[in-house]
Amino acid sequence: MCSRPLPSEGRIGMPHTLPLPVTVIGGYLGAGKTTLVNHLLRHAGGRRLAVLVNDFGELPIDADLIEADDGEVLSLAGGCICCSFGADLLAVLMKLPLRRPPPDHVLLEASGVALPGAIAASLSLLADVALDGVVVLADAESVRARAADRYMGDTVARQLAVADLVVLNKVDLIDGGARAELHGWLAIMARHAKVVDAVHARLPLDALLGGELVAAGARSEPRLLSGALHAPPAAAADAVFERFETLVEDRVDAQGLAAALADPSLGVIRAKGIVLDREGAAVALQVVGSRAGISPLGSARAAGGRLVCIGLRGQLDCAAIRAAVDRAAGSGARLKES
Amino acid sequence: MTTIYRAKRILTMNPGGPEATHVAVREGRILGAGRLEELSGWGEYRLDERFADKVLMPGLVEGHSHLFEGSVWAYVYVGYHERMDPDGRVWPGATSIEAVVARLREAAQLLADPAQPVVGWGLDPIYFGAARVSRADLDRVSTERPVGVMHASFHILNVNSKALERGGLLRKGVEHPGVPLGNDGLPTGELKGPDAMMPVAPHVGFDRELLAADPRGLELFARLAVRTGVTTATDLASLLPQNAVDMMLRVTAQPDYPLRVVSLLRLMNQTPQALVERALALRALSADRLRLGALKIVADGSIQGFSARLRWPGYYNGAPNGLWYTPPEAMRAVYTRALQEGVLVHTHTNGDEATELVLDCMQDALQARPVRDHRFTLQHCQLADAAQFRRMKALGMCVNLFPNHHFYWGDQHYAMTVGPERAERMNACATALATGVPLAIHSDAPVTPLSPLFTAWCAVNRRTASGRVLGEHERIGVEDALRTITLGAAVTLRLDHEIGSIECGKRADFAVLEDDPLEAGPENLKDVRVWGTVQDGRVFEAAAL
Repeated sequence: MCSRPLPSEGRIGMPHTLPLPVTVIGGYLGAGKTTLVNHLLRHAGGRRLAVLVNDFGELPIDADLIEADDGEVLSLAGGCICCSFGADLLAVLMKLPLRRPPPDHVLLEASGVALPGAIAASLSLLADVALDGVVVLADAESVRARAADRYMGDTVARQLAVADLVVLNKVDLIDGGARAELHGWLAIMARHAKVVDAVHARLPLDALLGGELVAAGARSEPRLLSGALHAPPAAAADAVFERFETLVEDRVDAQGLAAALADPSLGVIRAKGIVLDREGAAVALQVVGSRAGISPLGSARAAGGRLVCIGLRGQLDCAAIRAAVDRAAGSGARLKES
Repeated sequence: MTTIYRAKRILTMNPGGPEATHVAVREGRILGAGRLEELSGWGEYRLDERFADKVLMPGLVEGHSHLFEGSVWAYVYVGYHERMDPDGRVWPGATSIEAVVARLREAAQLLADPAQPVVGWGLDPIYFGAARVSRADLDRVSTERPVGVMHASFHILNVNSKALERGGLLRKGVEHPGVPLGNDGLPTGELKGPDAMMPVAPHVGFDRELLAADPRGLELFARLAVRTGVTTATDLASLLPQNAVDMMLRVTAQPDYPLRVVSLLRLMNQTPQALVERALALRALSADRLRLGALKIVADGSIQGFSARLRWPGYYNGAPNGLWYTPPEAMRAVYTRALQEGVLVHTHTNGDEATELVLDCMQDALQARPVRDHRFTLQHCQLADAAQFRRMKALGMCVNLFPNHHFYWGDQHYAMTVGPERAERMNACATALATGVPLAIHSDAPVTPLSPLFTAWCAVNRRTASGRVLGEHERIGVEDALRTITLGAAVTLRLDHEIGSIECGKRADFAVLEDDPLEAGPENLKDVRVWGTVQDGRVFEAAAL
């Protein structure tokens, strides 16, 4: 590990001044979308996930996770919920931020033939939700055959092409040579995406949704607090991933920092932060694979910024991340002087 | 009690006696058609002369429509072509943006509540050249009320600033291919596709849940049916929630409800097993005038929306290939299960690649469950070529083609979507008949007007709005067209033992016509006047509705 986790004073979930983040989960039938969703629900670590499904398969949620079913919404363990959207995705999405308590994050499981790019675009129609990233699952054994299918090939290709993060699932079923070849192929097919290997779609929640932020000033900034205070998720300790956390005390060029963190050479799969921009306003920063963005936090103010980055063990370049933060602070300072 | 109707001419669609002067009816069913002396042997009868100067045909069967055709008349019609409403009033076409605005403004003045939205439908700006309707245009209708206008395709909605504001879209930062932005960075008010419409549609009165169970719409639909000679019509894709089923059962059971409705359950997010089980449960709920238990699957999108799946070489204008709405795995599983349980499945395909995939899935399903006479039907199937019709025949499938497209969008198909050669083979009715594939033709009302005689005219003439004959070799004769809008459609619904021809034992369902469609001349088929209908032996005069 590059660094020890910073001492915790209070935990920040998604501040409610921000739009509700939505992760679109795509991929062809059988790639492991449902398995991934169930895995994330089991390891939600206190986060209230809202799962939206529209699939033709069996019940998409493991039975033991379901606490209640009111016909429209499945209440799940740990304060999570699941709704099916059928033809009315946006209608269902519009209602989510109004729920009490509101969900912290939405996992939108697209149908096997849906184009996640189109779903991502439609999120911009709603002011209260925002795209967090597009995650596309690929079945290591069959994805290339699917991509060559005369009917479904271009659909599979279009799914991969818009991915921010590809989860190459079932890698235990292929050998090392095939895996390397597949990574080479994905570098072309999913040219904007970072690729992580998985077995049974087991990925730590933080790798997909970002670590929860631990901010020094959180206690004095109740607007930034999520409803729940809870123990750190065990997922961060997953042997495959490592996590880098740092304070960002200075004002920074937030957009520049986000873009820098998305550079593939840094090995960042997921980054999330709250930083002060050049004007001193608090902004949330998020990186999912190659997608980088910032969102203003309105009138909310954080005493000092924090950044959490997650990447594959051995690939996360902590020195380069630090350098990127310093550069962002430097450019901010220069701009301020001018 | 037996009633014998005398008519000027009766076209029976029964090859054993294709024409008659009298038809005998008892208990809502046909005893027989022929000469009076042939029918009087059934015993005591009352001779009814009211149709003595009319022509009777079997009640027309609309094999692909939606009950929304009734509900939509709650809004103001602003289409380019004239259109008859359920009261029989013919609305002239609104042939310019000015005319659209003026008609909506007129409607707004009739509304007492200043907050009530003004809603139009049927807009077809394809005829206005490059001009697009903008929110500024609709702001001239009202700046206080939300104003919305649904396009003829039902895939695009234009709204005013107030409606955008209510829907949360009057802001910068919207990045969606279906939401064009003006120079000010704000949406222009055009919302393309169901996703883009959704945040705003409820604010201008298009609420899907409301429309799914609308008793008034069901009644208005039936009035249109009487005016167009229709006695059986499909409601081709419904989610059929129980409240809608209860409402439909209640309304259609009213003693003067003049129509037999066939409502198909649409595959949405159920498992194949649950879907087929629900179909069987619905079948058990069926009533005389509400037939349930068949299924609908949507394989791809629409050609004019560039969301249909086309085979090589794709769209003429180079647009990327369309979208799959249902994975082949689901289609195959539903077909297999439905074959096993005897459940009828109709599948929407527009592009020829979607048709090809459905044929493949059907072939697999039939290999697993070899069932004869299943009547599984391809709906729209607009781009199928001769080889695909041969496969349909071999697999025992039926087809319901969409010749109305030639009139409404044929010029655009020729110039833009699929190009000249494929535009000329679209909706290949003659090929279907020559190949022996059971054929129906449809309106997809409210996308185009409910009127099987107009649809027959389209199949016979294949004329576009600009007057071009699109695919002369695919035109069919008047007699074939008339059989197609009666018996043909009945075959695709597995109702040909009950309806579709005037012969002994079938339902006493007649279209009552003022003019003789065989004498009118092929060019005038659409202008044949409809007096009304007889449905299950009950007489409905359009003028008396």
